[in-house]
Amino acid sequence: MKTMIAFWSILKKDILNYYLKPPNISWGIIFPLSWTLMQLMRSEGNLGIVELLPGLMAMSVLFGTTSMLAVTITFERKGRSFDRLLLAPISISILVVAKILGAILFGIINAFIPVIFAAFFIDLSRINWGLTIVAIIFIAVTSALMGLLIAVSAKEVFEAQTLSNFFRFPMLFLCGLFVPLDKLPVVLKPLSFILPLTYGTDILNGSVTGNSVFSAIINFVVMLAFVILLFYLCQRNIKKKWIL
Amino acid sequence: MEIIKVTHLKKTYGDVEAVNNISFSIEQGEIFGFLGPNGAGKTSTINMMIGLSRPTGGHIMIDGIDAIKDIKKVQKIIGIVPDENNLYDEMNGFENLCFCASLYGMRKKEREKRATELLKQFNLLKASRRPFKTYSKGMKRKLTIAAGIIHDPKIIFLDEPTTGIDVESARQIRELILDLKKQGKTIFLTTHYIEEAERICDRIAFIVNGKIVKTGTVNELMENAESEHKINLVLDNNITGSRAELENQFPNYKIKMVGDNSCLIISQERIALSPLLQLLDSKGISVYEAKAIKPSLEDVFVKVTGIEAVQLRIEREKLGT
Repeated sequence: MKTMIAFWSILKKDILNYYLKPPNISWGIIFPLSWTLMQLMRSEGNLGIVELLPGLMAMSVLFGTTSMLAVTITFERKGRSFDRLLLAPISISILVVAKILGAILFGIINAFIPVIFAAFFIDLSRINWGLTIVAIIFIAVTSALMGLLIAVSAKEVFEAQTLSNFFRFPMLFLCGLFVPLDKLPVVLKPLSFILPLTYGTDILNGSVTGNSVFSAIINFVVMLAFVILLFYLCQRNIKKKWIL
Repeated sequence: MEIIKVTHLKKTYGDVEAVNNISFSIEQGEIFGFLGPNGAGKTSTINMMIGLSRPTGGHIMIDGIDAIKDIKKVQKIIGIVPDENNLYDEMNGFENLCFCASLYGMRKKEREKRATELLKQFNLLKASRRPFKTYSKGMKRKLTIAAGIIHDPKIIFLDEPTTGIDVESARQIRELILDLKKQGKTIFLTTHYIEEAERICDRIAFIVNGKIVKTGTVNELMENAESEHKINLVLDNNITGSRAELENQFPNYKIKMVGDNSCLIISQERIALSPLLQLLDSKGISVYEAKAIKPSLEDVFVKVTGIEAVQLRIEREKLGT
């Protein structure tokens, strides 16, 4: 019970202090909206909104979660308020989950901005929503954990932002969003298979457009493996780098 | 009863030995001071004791719990006030305290009651709804201390509690520390203010270059320096001409000139004033004032550590006090 009180307080504090601040709310709306318009303009009307949705949702989650978490944690580390959390009588695992949950929720909400936008123009009833929601959750969890991994390595906020981009942009181009996986150069293909976003996007492609490379089960198993691996790495790195 | 026992504690960062094989113990209910200049190893020691840093070697037992193996258990019974005010700028005083209480699993009603009590006690009730970032340095320090004791810990670690704040706030904080002692709390305090350690600590350890060079009560530490007796004489005339004769007559006394009309008589034994005054009188020199100079903890610190107290003052000035 005591752990739950601490867990909830950390989550609530992060939501109120960071995620619900006006600049972040507006960023959370404007960013996915800009991606949507950019993609529509680029396609010159040849691409339907439905085909754009998986990519837009994945990008919104990825950018929403990684940037927020990496920046807020680096900010707290710099001001040493993060020490308070490390000194609280709660396990590192609980702390990790409490910290990433805010980012996950923020990412999930971001993912639905393009959906809301699309709902005004097209019929979304054919989308497999169950699969879509699970895929978004998985993308949000892996992205948040990657954000945390970045935060553990960064000392300054700008460092966290630079590191985030170093991971995010190659991932966007290699996960099958812009270039379908089968059209990727042979040298880059193995790289795309070690990125969690590839599998998340594939589930989204399958649930929204019906076109996916792997079966949903394979995608979920791989995503789950990524979650476990990233969670382990985050815990290990926090203990190693923050408790010197 | 011994509540903290540290044995052969070591911490190295690469080639640098931040803490070098230190051992000490703290009794329940006592204020134990760690006195030393910046970089002496004070914060490194605290960080290892509270779980923010892993020792390279040694053992730490806190209230019967192995703090290296089971730090989360230890963290339930300790309160920590770091050397920097690390509360949340966006949150107000009341919210900050309630949040810190919640980290220890305190329920809403309980934490709100305790936060209000502490805000009253620390004279911060009026400012309790203002964001932390608008507080003065002294107010921030007081709120940080309140946050450290919100869960009513048995042992409190105070890292430089009065550094960088005004005289009045520092005085209030010292009173608060003494109040905590009255409540039976054990306090581990690091400071580089010699007077502060002298005024409030039951026992003090001098730490220099990662090593404890001396530990004891203020009186025990003073005994060391009191082996020397000093008397300052204020005269109506310069005694430079009579100095040689004085030294001949009193071979056990060392005479040190302090300004034109003043001198310091130093001896390992107690100084007999009458013969000294008689001799000076015979030379036509009147003595206006004779004052015994008692050694201060600062003298002891300088003697034991070899570090001039001036160095500590410079550091203090750098920190803005």
